[in-house]
Amino acid sequence: MKQKLVVIGAGMASGRVLEQLTETAPDAFDITLFNAEPRGNYNRIMLSPVLSGEKTYVEIITHDDAWYAARGVKTVLGQAVTKIDRAAKTVTSAGVETPYDQLIIATGSAPFIIPVPGHKLSGVVTYRDLEDTNAMIAAAKPGAKAVVIGGGLLGLEAAAGMQLRGMEVVVIHLMGHLMERQLDPAAGYLLQKSLEQRGMKIHCKGATKAILGKDRVEAVLLEDGTVYDADIVCMAVGIRPEVRLANDAHLDVGRGITVNDAMQTSDPAIWAVGECVEHDKQLFGLVAPLYDQAKVLAQALLGQAAAFRPVQTATKLKVTGCDLFSAGDFADAPGREDIVFRDPARGVYKRLVIEGDKLIGAVMYGDTADGNWFFGLIKDGSDITTMRETLIFGPAYQGGATADPTAAVAALPPSAEICGCNGVCKGKIVEAVLAGANTLDLVRSTTKASASCGTCTGLVEQVMAVTLGDGFTANANPAMCKCTDHTHEDVRRLIKAGSLKSIPAVMQELGWKSVGGCASCRPALNYYLLADWPTEYQDDRQSRFVNERNHANIQKDGTYSVVPRMWGGVTTPAELRAIADAADKYDVPMVKVTGGQRIDLLGVKKADLPAMWADLNAAGMVSGHAYSKGLRTVKTCVGSEFCRFGTQDSTGLGIKLEKLLWGSWTPAKVKLGVSGCPRNCAEATCKDIGVICVDSGYEISVAGAAGMDVRETEFLIKARTEAEAMEIIAAFVQLYRENSRYLHRIYKWVAKVGLDWCRAQVEDPATRRALYDRFMLSQSVYQTDPWAELSQPDQLAQWAPMADLSLEAAE
Amino acid sequence: MTLWMDIGALTDIPQQGARVVKTAAGCVAVFRTADDQVFAIDDACPHKGGPLSEGIVHGSSVTCPLHAWVFSLETGMAQGADTGAVNSYPARVEAGRILLDASRLARRAAA
Ligand SMILES: Cc1cc2nc3c(=O)[nH]c(=O)nc-3n(C[C@H](O)[C@H](O)[C@H](O)COP(=O)(O)OP(=O)(O)OC[C@H]3O[C@@H](n4cnc5c(N)ncnc54)[C@H](O)[C@@H]3O)c2cc1C
Ligand code: HEM
Ligand code: SF4
Ligand code: FES
Repeated sequence: MKQKLVVIGAGMASGRVLEQLTETAPDAFDITLFNAEPRGNYNRIMLSPVLSGEKTYVEIITHDDAWYAARGVKTVLGQAVTKIDRAAKTVTSAGVETPYDQLIIATGSAPFIIPVPGHKLSGVVTYRDLEDTNAMIAAAKPGAKAVVIGGGLLGLEAAAGMQLRGMEVVVIHLMGHLMERQLDPAAGYLLQKSLEQRGMKIHCKGATKAILGKDRVEAVLLEDGTVYDADIVCMAVGIRPEVRLANDAHLDVGRGITVNDAMQTSDPAIWAVGECVEHDKQLFGLVAPLYDQAKVLAQALLGQAAAFRPVQTATKLKVTGCDLFSAGDFADAPGREDIVFRDPARGVYKRLVIEGDKLIGAVMYGDTADGNWFFGLIKDGSDITTMRETLIFGPAYQGGATADPTAAVAALPPSAEICGCNGVCKGKIVEAVLAGANTLDLVRSTTKASASCGTCTGLVEQVMAVTLGDGFTANANPAMCKCTDHTHEDVRRLIKAGSLKSIPAVMQELGWKSVGGCASCRPALNYYLLADWPTEYQDDRQSRFVNERNHANIQKDGTYSVVPRMWGGVTTPAELRAIADAADKYDVPMVKVTGGQRIDLLGVKKADLPAMWADLNAAGMVSGHAYSKGLRTVKTCVGSEFCRFGTQDSTGLGIKLEKLLWGSWTPAKVKLGVSGCPRNCAEATCKDIGVICVDSGYEISVAGAAGMDVRETEFLIKARTEAEAMEIIAAFVQLYRENSRYLHRIYKWVAKVGLDWCRAQVEDPATRRALYDRFMLSQSVYQTDPWAELSQPDQLAQWAPMADLSLEAAE
Repeated sequence: MTLWMDIGALTDIPQQGARVVKTAAGCVAVFRTADDQVFAIDDACPHKGGPLSEGIVHGSSVTCPLHAWVFSLETGMAQGADTGAVNSYPARVEAGRILLDASRLARRAAA
């Protein structure tokens, strides 16, 4: 007699099992197929082309009524199985019991729903089946707005599909880059760029707080306060195996239904296959391994020996025009070596990860033609020793071309500015070179490019190399660090010329040689980006040195010092009391008056920082940034208010200057001094910027230093009024912020660009005003008190140890 | 013996950042890399005791915040010209939770 086989779930996995069984042993089983969806097996992964309108549902059906009929498969569609009775060997659906000899559970998985307020509103869908797809299609009127929560594979396919139907689409993604499980940050950046180019809005690091709406969804609110209007919201934040039936039947269930190598559950008469299973602690979310499982299960049911062995899977995104590929393991680890290829001009990124003599991972963007070849090498564990050198160029490669370090420059448009001092663009230099200027000196004399401060020499030489080809060898300038061949100056200019607005963007477009930079280039890049794009770039705290990350100076024993601001060195009894109280309360071992006219509380434990800041905030004080590459102090003398020699209110001006400039990030620290007369009690002439008050106004001098180098300031310009002095100083600071290389103090930078050039910039009223305006724009973002932000209740946990095992460990 | 102890959620540590776990024998620094791998090493630099948990994390290395020695997070070995090492401890992530091998931590306390 035929055995009775019952199958729960008509999905991609069970479809393959049915094919295998009915083909190899058409008469072995009486098959009954249950499906909760009101339809039989279809190609779920092709829902994306259905959503985008490139295919219809009918085209993606894999098994139709005729197919089931021809093979004697009885179907019960649109009816979920609600119970398995293992003792009686029956399943229950719509109150009817169906007996089985062998049972297959193939229930797939259920989309994860974040339980934020509003998740049950009408218009909130997931992306799993045809109903979801149709709901999105129905919402797609031109101009309608869609918000997709989740920037993984499914979310992006949903977003691209709705966009192709004319909707305005925003993708909100919790992590720093898209598809972080399959892509590294570089490839994630390229993907984001290409989606943005076709008009999609991508919001990374966005956490959904609530879905807003009365009867149906109207908008999505993020934790950071952003609100996106929405006519439909698609949640695609992950899936979990559908194991409810198995749980109720007391089968062994981990994260999925536990199966052995033959796909058998803890009950020998019950089998499981597809996304609902857990095999050897592993879950499966792509079809390739599910098909292998299906084959094994079919063999096992027919009594043949078979064992499922998961193989590596590769990922592609089914969005036309976004060419990406990822396979294997591409995490950094010792003993692993990366081979990276970047072609900024074509937007190509390839990374291979090699361990020993084997390729173990590959990530590619932009050109994935060799993906399957690499995937083959990974799956087979092939020895790649002999092709190692040329591996990244793919199977067709023969010969010796290497990645071109001048590619970033070659890709610049002719209008890109190369020489900032003299405003010379790339096109002009190319023209001069083609007209015969084949040495740097000739280019300098004909175009003036790199004829002033010389910091763009490297770029000018690269333009020449690109124009002249092999006939030109550039003078080597020291590179920023071992991650790149570019100098600091080149990088700064290219960030502006290429509108590069994130660290992965810089690393990709400028051909970084390492995967994530190093402790030397990351802080520099973070500074350049926030200085150049104050409103668009988001400060990356993890790319800052410890003092700036923790907003306190780390001391040699790992404790910190806390220095509140005292505007212009002026304090009050109330402030002093608050400081004294804080010193008592937190057991501060030393209280010291600094050289910058304020008070340093030294030896504070990290865990005490936020509470201490909150106390000082409560007394009206803010961070003194005594730790930052930024505005430190404005030292003042008492001036005309009290001193018999004073010509102007130097204290008042100092306070105003500190209130204008505080919070700004600069390439290196900036200290000011304001003295009320040339006796110079505030020692203003050894500061980065010094002001000496005289009867007729304010003499502003710059580029002093009192450190390892000691220098007197040089006269820059004289201001008639206080307001004028303040505008000039802010403009000068902005000039420094925009042009200096990271970690160069003002005196080093002025020595490079020349005081005359600086003076010309701040003397010209229009240029000065524009610099001032850009400074104020940046201040509108960055002039905030980090202590107030970091001592908020939701920030407190990060300052304490994440766990205390000292008791356990002592036992 | 391996004894996995849950010390917190992966998201408690920022990417390319670290947090410390207190033990009887000093702090252990637990790092999270850009690609969400987790590593645990002693928090004290062998050079002059710098808190490695406060360093800049790049790839699977950290640069000490005090004098810029670079350590491999996996092996604890100093990289480049500097010589020295810190202990490293087995760490793993399961379902978004970070697990440390407490038996190894205990042995270190005893040593
Ligand atoms: C839009 C989309 C695009 C995708 N793209 C890709 C891709 O490009 N590449 C790739 O490899 N993978 C892709 N996937 C993943 C792939 O579709 C799944 O891995 C695969 O469908 C899982 O197969 P399954 O048989 O385990 O489950 P499913 O295909 O989900 O089938 C399970 C079926 O069981 C039914 N069911 C559940 N519970 C019961 C019950 N109690 N009673 C009766 N029936 C029940 C469900 O209704 C469902 O029809 C994509 C998925 C989606 C949603
Ligand atoms: C890690 C290294 C350093 C730390 C932690 C440090 C810390 C400090 C602190 C906290 C102050 C008090 C300033 C204030 O009130 O804001 C100070 C003042 C000062 N520092 Fe440093 N500093 C360091 C390196 C340097 C270097 C390299 C130089 C020289 C280039 C320098 C020169 C000065 C000077 C001249 C003052 C007095 C400022 C004034 O009178 O205006 N410091 N330092
Ligand atoms: S600098 Fe001049 S005004 Fe200021 S305190 Fe000294 S003497 Fe007086
Ligand atoms: S203490 Fe770490 S490098 Fe000096």
